[in-house]
Amino acid sequence: MFANVLDRFRALVLSLLLIAAVASPALAGPFEDAIGKFANDEFSDTDEAIGAVATSGNPLAFAIISALQDGRLMADPDSKKVYVTQPDGKIIDAATGAAVEKLPDGAAAVRLNNRLRRSVEAALGGLTLLSPDPAKRIQAAQSVFKTHDEAMLPLVDEALKKETVNAAKLAFTEARAAILLFKPDATDGEKLEAIATIKARGDQEAMALLTGLTGDQPAAIASAAANAKAAIQRSLALWSMVQNAWYGLSLGSVLLLAAIGLAITFGVMGVINMAHGEMVMIGAYVTFVVQETIRTSFPHLFDYSLLMAVPLAFIVAGLIGILIERSIIRFLYGRPLETLLATWGLSLVLQQAVRTMFGPTNREVGNPSWMSGAFELGQVTITYNRLWILCFTLAVFAILLAMLRYTALGLEMRAVTQNRRMAASMGIATSRVDALTFGLGSGIAGIAGVALSQIDNVSPNLGQSYIIDSFMVVVFGGVGNLWGTLVGAFTLGIANKFLEPVAGAVLGKIAILVLIILFIQKRPRGLFALKGRAVEA
Amino acid sequence: MMPHVLTRSLDRSATIFLAVVAAVGILIPLSNLLLPAGSMFQVPTYLVALFGKYVCYAILALSIDLIWGYCGILSLGHGAFFALGGYAMGMYLMRQIGSRGVYGNPILPDFMVFLNYPELPWYWYGFDTFWFAAVMVLLVPGLLAFCFGWLAFRSRVTGVYLSIITQAMTYALLLAFFRNDFGFGGNNGLTDFKDILGFNVQADGTRAALFLLSCLALIIAFLICRAVVTSKLGKVLIAVRDAESRTRFLGYRVESYKLFVFTLSACMAGVAGALYVPQVGIINPGEFAPGNSIEAVIWVAVGGRGTLIGAALGAVVVNYAKTVFTSGPLAPYWLFMLGALFILVTLLLPKGIIGTFNAWWEPWKAQRIAANAESAALEDGVSVSKPNPAE
Repeated sequence: MFANVLDRFRALVLSLLLIAAVASPALAGPFEDAIGKFANDEFSDTDEAIGAVATSGNPLAFAIISALQDGRLMADPDSKKVYVTQPDGKIIDAATGAAVEKLPDGAAAVRLNNRLRRSVEAALGGLTLLSPDPAKRIQAAQSVFKTHDEAMLPLVDEALKKETVNAAKLAFTEARAAILLFKPDATDGEKLEAIATIKARGDQEAMALLTGLTGDQPAAIASAAANAKAAIQRSLALWSMVQNAWYGLSLGSVLLLAAIGLAITFGVMGVINMAHGEMVMIGAYVTFVVQETIRTSFPHLFDYSLLMAVPLAFIVAGLIGILIERSIIRFLYGRPLETLLATWGLSLVLQQAVRTMFGPTNREVGNPSWMSGAFELGQVTITYNRLWILCFTLAVFAILLAMLRYTALGLEMRAVTQNRRMAASMGIATSRVDALTFGLGSGIAGIAGVALSQIDNVSPNLGQSYIIDSFMVVVFGGVGNLWGTLVGAFTLGIANKFLEPVAGAVLGKIAILVLIILFIQKRPRGLFALKGRAVEA
Repeated sequence: MMPHVLTRSLDRSATIFLAVVAAVGILIPLSNLLLPAGSMFQVPTYLVALFGKYVCYAILALSIDLIWGYCGILSLGHGAFFALGGYAMGMYLMRQIGSRGVYGNPILPDFMVFLNYPELPWYWYGFDTFWFAAVMVLLVPGLLAFCFGWLAFRSRVTGVYLSIITQAMTYALLLAFFRNDFGFGGNNGLTDFKDILGFNVQADGTRAALFLLSCLALIIAFLICRAVVTSKLGKVLIAVRDAESRTRFLGYRVESYKLFVFTLSACMAGVAGALYVPQVGIINPGEFAPGNSIEAVIWVAVGGRGTLIGAALGAVVVNYAKTVFTSGPLAPYWLFMLGALFILVTLLLPKGIIGTFNAWWEPWKAQRIAANAESAALEDGVSVSKPNPAE
């Protein structure tokens, strides 16, 4: 601290001495000298000035150079003074930073040619390397990594010395390695070290950098580079697998969410509910209504809209489900094909009803702040909404499983499913349990709608796009088995995402459908079939 | 043999049905062509095309009734066979356009020129001849149904599982046909047809002839279905429908019976599609939509499952209602009505129109016959023995 003050004092004394010695009217110090050169209207002088300003470390340097780039740097040839017109129209003196009322009459923009423009860009890159914002520093280091311009080496070295943030330090080290690798007079040792650093980075850009290395390198370096390339290729392949697996998990969670209610109504009760997708859609519309109400009346609660929508969607969809069971489905037990047709008709009615109430177009459902954005994990970008949906799905699954196992209603549900008449003899009101089970399945579909409204268009057709997939998941996983549904959903999701890069999105989906059709031939009761002795299940 | 099969398969209602279809098939084209335009009895050309569409739907409904009503196979993917037949016919019609297309390419259809196809894909070879296309109309749906059924029935996929995978099948085909690089015109499908067998598809005469042919096809399809369901084979099919395992334990190869009838039904659906395309003038992937197949099932349910006549009747009635309602001020409510139809028919009218009518008519008729016989017997002074229940 004290030394610092002493330094400054010394500099002050020195400049005072200089002023006295040269007796120049206003100019003092290398920075001010350099500024003056802008006014000479000579390209070579301007070039020198750019270099001097860029390395001066003066806080005005960035403003000056970027003004130069945009043609906002004005020079008065008579007074040799230079001004910066700021983007907001205010004018400052480039040498002192003092505000100026108006430009002198003779002032004109400092001219650039193509060579100078390049030096301006390089200087700007270098200046952001020293920016106070670590994110900007990292960005600058990345661009240096890509261009690996030798001239930047001293700046990078300097920045590296000063750097305290770890991520930025790494970025600078990598940028330095990139420069050294391409620097003709770097020693072999330096180059090998550089290759090791780049290999450790291991992404697409590192690969591009190593591929750009020309052939006339010493054998040791060429082979090290080749090894590094192979290693990077392996790691890239690995990361792309991880990426696909994540996408697959994400898709799987969506499938599971859509299918989990069906696993109850179809899997446990054996009711083919083709209106299941419409329950999902109703859940999404409940979310829309909740958000709409919040927007108009309580805007500050917007971040909690989903938390409110979840129980509401469960209740609304569940009640509609109970209504459907009481009015239609209970008359059709034991006639699965008729149930299928009646519920299909119901799905048409529900779709049209929603279309009449809310219009046929997509309605906007917003993401709360905690669900937007993304973060990087290694080389995989993970968006928060997908992550939340995965967690939410697993939570719903766990709660449902616990409910079936540990609550009285769950026990009754399982009893009725396994042996209806025996359950009735034991005093269970089977028709009440039927209604509640169906309501539960529908309610869960409604909850799924809340989550799916975050990643899909909320339109009357929302449910239709999930119904076939949901049935595939339940049938694939094995009817009557929630774990089968879980495994089925994630298997289908991951398989789909791994097929996609190979076959394309649509062909991948077709391939999955064909595979499921073939799989059902092999195991007509799904992955995890319930074992039983019945001839006809 | 054949006449015997025919006489056996025709009861009174079947004869009436065939007579009505034949009369419609002859009278409507005649009235369209011979009577002056604007005359009260003249059927306008657009109606001929519309009725032709209904007749094609009736054939599709017959094919569904054959497997659902008599063998218990609920296919939710029959629209796929219908559409495949339609595409086979559409491909022939596309090749007939020749150099009259927008781009004037003598070989490649317009959409291929537009999508920069260097040459005709191999699966389009041969479709410039009618007989080849006609064979394909039967062969492609038949082959798909055979492969699909062979896999499904052998591994005993039944009931709703079968329904769901047939739905997946048509869904997969829908996705495939939507692709431009699949070579079938992608989203737009095949359209802008000009000629069929040298006749202009738009001309009144051609439309009338197509209508007549559709009615003829309906009659033939009906006769085939009747022949199948009244034969011994048909008895086994009904046994499979009612108690599949028992039939298997009695020694019948259930899967072979199902496979046969499923393939036959798919071929019929293909023919229906092939007749549908020139009358409607377009075939696109929308025909593969799972909703279409399910809608076709409801025609059968409305008319009466397992009655054949009911299936054809249901197709015409539901589609007529659809035309009336979707073109009028009630259009926004059509889906409500269709949905309600699904629900009400399954809940209240499980036997459909014809089935309910029969249930009401048969006892009355039997009662009347019994009363007649009794009075006759009383006159003769002979006591009447009860009819043998086995008959």
